[in-house]
Amino acid sequence: MATAEEVAKAAERRDVRDRWLLSAPALLVILFAATGPLLIVLVYSFLTPGAYGDVKWLFSPDAWTSVFLERDIFDDTLSLAAAHVTIFWRSIKLAVVTTLATLALGFPTAYFMATRSEKTRDLWLFLITIPFWTNLLIRTFAVLQIIRNEGIINTILLKLGIISAPIQILYTDTAILIGMAYVYLPLMVLPIYASMEKLDFRLVEAGYDLYATRFKVLRKIIFPLVKPGVIAGSILVFIPALGAYVTPSVLGGGKNMMLSNLIELQFGQGRNWPLGSALSITVMIIVMVALLAYVRNAGKSGVRHG
Amino acid sequence: MASNFSIKHQPGFTAIAATCFVVLYLPIVVLVLYAFNAATSTSEWGGFSLKWFQSAYQNTQVIDATLRSFQIGSIAAILSTTFATMAALATTRTASYPGLTFKYAAINQPLMVPEIVTGVALLIFFSRIKIFTGYSGIGYLVAAHTAFCIPFAYLPIRARLENMDLTLERAAADLYATPWKTFRRITLPLLWPGILAGLMLAFVISLDDVVITEFVKSGGQDTLPTYMLGQIRRGITPEINAISTAFLLLSVAIVTLFFFVSRKRD
Repeated sequence: MATAEEVAKAAERRDVRDRWLLSAPALLVILFAATGPLLIVLVYSFLTPGAYGDVKWLFSPDAWTSVFLERDIFDDTLSLAAAHVTIFWRSIKLAVVTTLATLALGFPTAYFMATRSEKTRDLWLFLITIPFWTNLLIRTFAVLQIIRNEGIINTILLKLGIISAPIQILYTDTAILIGMAYVYLPLMVLPIYASMEKLDFRLVEAGYDLYATRFKVLRKIIFPLVKPGVIAGSILVFIPALGAYVTPSVLGGGKNMMLSNLIELQFGQGRNWPLGSALSITVMIIVMVALLAYVRNAGKSGVRHG
Repeated sequence: MASNFSIKHQPGFTAIAATCFVVLYLPIVVLVLYAFNAATSTSEWGGFSLKWFQSAYQNTQVIDATLRSFQIGSIAAILSTTFATMAALATTRTASYPGLTFKYAAINQPLMVPEIVTGVALLIFFSRIKIFTGYSGIGYLVAAHTAFCIPFAYLPIRARLENMDLTLERAAADLYATPWKTFRRITLPLLWPGILAGLMLAFVISLDDVVITEFVKSGGQDTLPTYMLGQIRRGITPEINAISTAFLLLSVAIVTLFFFVSRKRD
């Protein structure tokens, strides 16, 4: 006869097994159409490009060398691939600036929303959620119509006589930056708002009682308390901004490539799938490093604030 | 000054917030206005007209892409929500067990990788399968959409489950309800708002996708967003404004619904 303990153990084992069965469909779909294919990308990055796209099953490290280096066709020497370095640098720079810009705009906005009365707060939340749910392509297209040469900004400035010729914003890095800051702003506001909403304003009051200035209260009390939201928001903005495809394709024109356009090129006209794979893995590594650095850094300072 | 000192005030914050809200909505308002513009040019106002809506409606490519978007969106939403519900039931309201952290990581993995990388990975993988099986239908798009919708559907369902304690389910079991009956009569009705929210979120995420669809689709499998991207790259006509306006209206309708469903939880 089984003891009570054995029965309980068996029941627990059954429970864990059932829980694995229940989660199996979700895990399998993700393995099949998300995680698994990423491993294939890794394999492809070590193969030889085929003549008409795809690959030949021959090991070659060339794709990885040509991520940052290029081989001279005459004397076979390696030099830094200036075009790739420029595109990497532009993508990282634009993603960082976008994150900072949305933080600078999103933090006060979230603060404003969280300090409204309980009833109106829902309305503000609703107003910030609508753009979040609206198609990213449509919002990018809306920005395009505002900033192009015949757009509303240039038309008004021309009519007022402030400028004599339209300012070229479209198809520049500035256009990509404006577009990304615009489309990703809700992604920054929402998590900050979520932590701001739980903020205990008695702590703020205590700060003022102890003669803190407004800025000091903001820096020493509010900011440390909502830091998890700030971190979440920054991650949510940085990851898609680094790999942004739609915004640079629509607002950047052909000349201002970002990483995603460079990758796409390898699978289209470039016909160099291994290089495209190596570039994709590189993007993933940058994202991972940024995530780790950010989380660790945040964890450390979180402890300091107690 | 001391009498009306507000502890919640921060200088300049309200102005920045106001600017943000105006800036968020202004481009959308202009976009919608120009959808009703009679002029063919997208820069001057030629009077009110519905002709661009009419021309979009008569454009078979638009209708075709819209129907495909809805088809993929509804299948992917139903599948991903079903799987996400099962996964949420398996990963909440339990003591930690071996593999639980792995499951969290696996379910959220699609959120951690830039879309372009997933797109490329699926392009490579599916092109192999296409050669191998000869099948090049809509199934690949459905599979891809289901996978990246799962973490989104999972979010509200898990949140809802975590706020439900096991008291009622235990009571039902005490009264000799079978596990299935307990699930049908107790768990499912309580969980329903979370499932609905997950379903709508998944549908909208699928409907909005450009990047992954762009890489996975075979010829003639444009969804509405990829069709629009192609048109915008070629040059803009007010017809795109009209399509965008209709699309916007749908999004607003869904988000309003979502808002009411998720607020019912209290």
